[in-house]
Amino acid sequence: MTEVTLKKQRPKHLALNEIRLPLPGKVSILHRVSGSGLFLMLPVLLALFGASVGSPESYAVFREFVGNIFVKLILVGLLWAYLHHFCAGIRFLLLDVHVGVDKESAVKSARLVLIVSLTLTALLVAKLW
Amino acid sequence: MVKPIIVGAHYGFRDWLAQRVTAVVMALYTLIFAAYALSMPDGSFESWRGVFSGGFMKFATFLFFMSLFFHAWIGVRDIFMDYIKPVGLRLTLHSVVALLLIGYAGWAAQILWRL
Repeated sequence: MTEVTLKKQRPKHLALNEIRLPLPGKVSILHRVSGSGLFLMLPVLLALFGASVGSPESYAVFREFVGNIFVKLILVGLLWAYLHHFCAGIRFLLLDVHVGVDKESAVKSARLVLIVSLTLTALLVAKLW
Repeated sequence: MVKPIIVGAHYGFRDWLAQRVTAVVMALYTLIFAAYALSMPDGSFESWRGVFSGGFMKFATFLFFMSLFFHAWIGVRDIFMDYIKPVGLRLTLHSVVALLLIGYAGWAAQILWRL
């Protein structure tokens, strides 16, 4: 049995474009993507936070800056990244304590993560835009 | 099922746990922040600043930022461990990220303690 497995030809490289990731796999890689995006934008987010609470003058500058349409679009992306990371993170914490580890519930919870994070993003964007 | 024998060297359990503890801290803070933000009387500078200037929220926000930077350290370190194979480059990137995050921690403290 072991010998057969070992003699199998293994791919030398992965054809990423040909691999169909199941839904939990997509949520997992999006967790990593959203985390990286948030990390890379940390200095921008800190500067924005600092300006927003600093003084009435810096607050006015902050408001004008985030009023720009391109800035808004980037912030919408980051809001989604935060909410996705939040929801997927809770899912991973539950998996850690063995809640929902069977295949069926894992697919269901992955779908729920995508739906809830996108809905929350849409609601907050509708409120804040 | 492989049963690792935990002796001497630590097998990354401490960081694995820290990643989760900081995640829980941030998740709780997110809910507290949402409650504060939703109860703001208006969208003025004073009420926005007021969310963070109270003793409790200043402390909680500081803990949030510290958890965030620690959490980001473990996450980014893992990403580099997965994808960056040359040791020298990986060490350099790890150092840059660690130093950046320490700097961010000072920056966040400065923002909050001016309030």
